[in-house]
Amino acid sequence: MMQMADILKAFKEYRGDALVVPGKSARYWTDMSTRPEFDVPLTPGSAMGGRVAFAFGLALAQPNRKVVLFDSEGDLMMGFNILPSIAEQAPKNFYHFVLDNECYATTGGQPVPNAKNIAYDVIARGAGYARTFSYDNLETFQINLERIMSGPGPVFTALKIVPEIENEPIGQRKRFATRNPEQVRKDLWKALGIAG
Amino acid sequence: MVQASEALLSPETVLAELKKNAVSHVVWLPDSETNWLYLLMKAEPSLTLVGVGREGLAFSTAAGLYFGGKTPAILIQNTGLMEAGDSLRGWGLGLNLPVVLIVGYRGWTRHGVTTDTAAVYVERFLNAFGIRYYLVENDRDAPRFSLAFEEARKTRRPVTVLVGDEYHGFNR
Repeated sequence: MMQMADILKAFKEYRGDALVVPGKSARYWTDMSTRPEFDVPLTPGSAMGGRVAFAFGLALAQPNRKVVLFDSEGDLMMGFNILPSIAEQAPKNFYHFVLDNECYATTGGQPVPNAKNIAYDVIARGAGYARTFSYDNLETFQINLERIMSGPGPVFTALKIVPEIENEPIGQRKRFATRNPEQVRKDLWKALGIAG
Repeated sequence: MVQASEALLSPETVLAELKKNAVSHVVWLPDSETNWLYLLMKAEPSLTLVGVGREGLAFSTAAGLYFGGKTPAILIQNTGLMEAGDSLRGWGLGLNLPVVLIVGYRGWTRHGVTTDTAAVYVERFLNAFGIRYYLVENDRDAPRFSLAFEEARKTRRPVTVLVGDEYHGFNR
């Protein structure tokens, strides 16, 4: 099991000018990122299950720039159907990491279905991803991260992490989003030179 | 007297409207009788077809394309639209997504009597979300596609074209 923050610290070295869709990892990534204009944090209000498809669409739209997604296994479970679509389109710039804490951490830590025995990398490979990986140890992940990031996408990497369970009422939780989705889009378009 | 061909919606007309409105990607899940349209879109170099396995994922995929600077359209059936309600809310309305939904109106009849609940509920569904919609039944209605695209751009909201016909590919 790894800590989410340690994974992000390791990834930061390889970020370059990639677009990053941080998902739940925004709680750490927002403070770590040195290129916030290329970050696309959209968690509040978005329907669960769509984050991977969103990042996939972003990768199709910006084929010359890496798009890195930090997905979560609960979210992915609601959007498995997009994996064959990703494999079919095969965006070479798409890097898909799944942070697997084996539970729904934001609703109190209830386990996801078959939490201990599911192999997300095998599902991704079966859907048609050419490169898939799975790690539960930080050192091994760090050793292989360069290989993951330097090869072509779409690549899928499942990472076992320690759950960070939230039990506070939703209204009392710390908000990690510093920009609303409209501001995120505006900042992104400006950074990418897209005319509004 | 109206010619029989004028009373149909041809796939060429739909494709022409997509091109006219600079659509770059069609995110879609096939519905009945879209095969001719599929073949035309596939042969069109300015369009990329992105197939999805569940309609809700069309909204988040389209949102990603839009954030990346592209102009997606969504092509699904009314049954799938209703399945995709929370995605329409979160990824469509929540992100101010100016996307046109081209929705096959399964069960639509001009006289209004239908036993297909997919038709019974779809306009109520759209009204519940405050989504504007236009009905297209034949080629003479084609300008409504452009109205929908223009309205989506202006309002920065999803706008629907309900297709009350079946492209008539199999009738050729």
